[in-house]
Amino acid sequence: MKKLTLNGLIGGILIAVLLVTAAVGLFWTPFDPMKLSFTARLAAPGAAHLLGTDEFGRDVLSRLMVGARASVWIGALTVGFAVICGTLIGLISGYARGWVDGVIMAVNNALLAFPGILLALGLLAVFGANQYGIIFALGIAYTPSMARVVRGAVLSLREREFIEASRVMGNGELYTMLRHILPNCLAPITVLATSMFGWAILSESALSFLGLGVPPPAPTWGNMLAAGRPFLQQAAWLGLFPGLCIALTLLGINLLGDALRDKLDPRMRGLK
Amino acid sequence: MLRFILSRLAMAIPTVVLVSVTVFALIRFIPGDPAALMLGDMAQPDQIAAMRVELGLDRSMPQQFLIWAGDVLRGDFGRSIVNDEAVLPLVVSRFLVSAEIVVVAVLLASLIAVPAGVIAAWRQNSLTDLALVGTATVLLSIPTFWLGLLLLLLFGLKLGWLPVLGYVSISDNLVDGLLYLVLPVVTLVIHEAGVLIRMARASTLEVLRLDYITHARAKGLSEGAVLWRHAFKNAFGPTWTMIGLILGNLLGGIAVIETVFTIPGLGRLMVDSIFARDYPVIQGCLLFVALSYVLVNLVIDLLYPLFDPRVVAE
Repeated sequence: MKKLTLNGLIGGILIAVLLVTAAVGLFWTPFDPMKLSFTARLAAPGAAHLLGTDEFGRDVLSRLMVGARASVWIGALTVGFAVICGTLIGLISGYARGWVDGVIMAVNNALLAFPGILLALGLLAVFGANQYGIIFALGIAYTPSMARVVRGAVLSLREREFIEASRVMGNGELYTMLRHILPNCLAPITVLATSMFGWAILSESALSFLGLGVPPPAPTWGNMLAAGRPFLQQAAWLGLFPGLCIALTLLGINLLGDALRDKLDPRMRGLK
Repeated sequence: MLRFILSRLAMAIPTVVLVSVTVFALIRFIPGDPAALMLGDMAQPDQIAAMRVELGLDRSMPQQFLIWAGDVLRGDFGRSIVNDEAVLPLVVSRFLVSAEIVVVAVLLASLIAVPAGVIAAWRQNSLTDLALVGTATVLLSIPTFWLGLLLLLLFGLKLGWLPVLGYVSISDNLVDGLLYLVLPVVTLVIHEAGVLIRMARASTLEVLRLDYITHARAKGLSEGAVLWRHAFKNAFGPTWTMIGLILGNLLGGIAVIETVFTIPGLGRLMVDSIFARDYPVIQGCLLFVALSYVLVNLVIDLLYPLFDPRVVAE
């Protein structure tokens, strides 16, 4: 048990730092993240610029803070999209069964047959490579996994006595679904949504790194890494700090996800 | 056994059909007239009209799909808008570059990670276990493109041990080709080993709790024999499935690694085609990777009874 709390503690601290940084970045950054300064180009980390400056003399720390905001925002909207759509689809599919379920699950499985990032790439070709394109592309790519998990939970729940009881008491189908089935699906939804938040942040930074994400000059951790690449030899910090931010965030989410999984869903314990 | 194989094959067919429909539909969702998109910005109205007929865009959607699917079955994936190259040979040649890296990396990662995961489970809650799981969690949290950049910075730029830019195929020059492979493969191995250690540990733990393991120990078998002959064989199934998923995911998601190490693989082709709005190539890449993913998972499924014969009986 001790180890579990340690996981949760470290993960919680890392995520809290991320959220606070993103929130502070909304109102205040040490420097203007977009302000060019040709006298301060590629300045090493020091007293003036804690984490150095980039090839245009922009303050790296300020840009990382604004980047945190972008990551959290895109991650949250993507997960929100997948949770809402996936839960709705899963609820309908699992509750209706029959041909409705058959059709929905056939489409769902076809989408699951694509590796997630590939589907997102294909959808980006449709939506265009920008912030909202990413949110839709990743949201659609993650929806099938959520739908499948919710449907599975609904299918096992609907055979339980308390659902039967709710029907016998004369409650409507919709009421039963929202009042009794949905709350009991929250544990698996929470566990999956936590992992998805990590996937979304990783995919967003990967897509931005490829140039298919949020376009510069708006800073995201991914496009900062991509922009810093040509200068790595003179300015290693440009390659170091944005990646460290992504890695620490993912570590926090993974640790928190493990702790949540152990707490909420003993059956999924230890799986990835 | 034959029934098992046939049923798995039969299950793959609807998936393949649905995957093809999805790829077809996806490209049709792109705003604008596909004929105009395929001809590019300089097209004249009469050229577009001729292209519409050639592509069969004047027919109904199901008819269009059948024409496209028929072409695909004959190996005709269309031609690139950018340089008029046939899509299928282009996709296949780039796929071979990516596959080389992915297969070697997944193989090495499994060889390292599976024993490590089994040991971690065997020594559950010991310092060894804590260290292995901790390391694995850290490793899988490091994005591959960042890890790749760091390795490139250290071994390529600072130490100068390995080449930094470019790519040489193994078939052209074995030694150079291998040198160019080292960093991308090591990057992927480090990341995927993290995933696999945790998976192997979790599935071994499930098995180690069972009564027959206690029985095997009570019989006086050595720990090595218990682990290898009894625990590992039964625990490997889920890890095997995970290896298949990783293999397929990497084929789709290797674009970032190929960008970091300037490797002309399938992922890079796909990204470049998205930039160039080269829809036939995007469509070809999507279809090819999705079908390979289905195929890899099918093969993984078909080989599963080697590790767990119970699935055939079901």
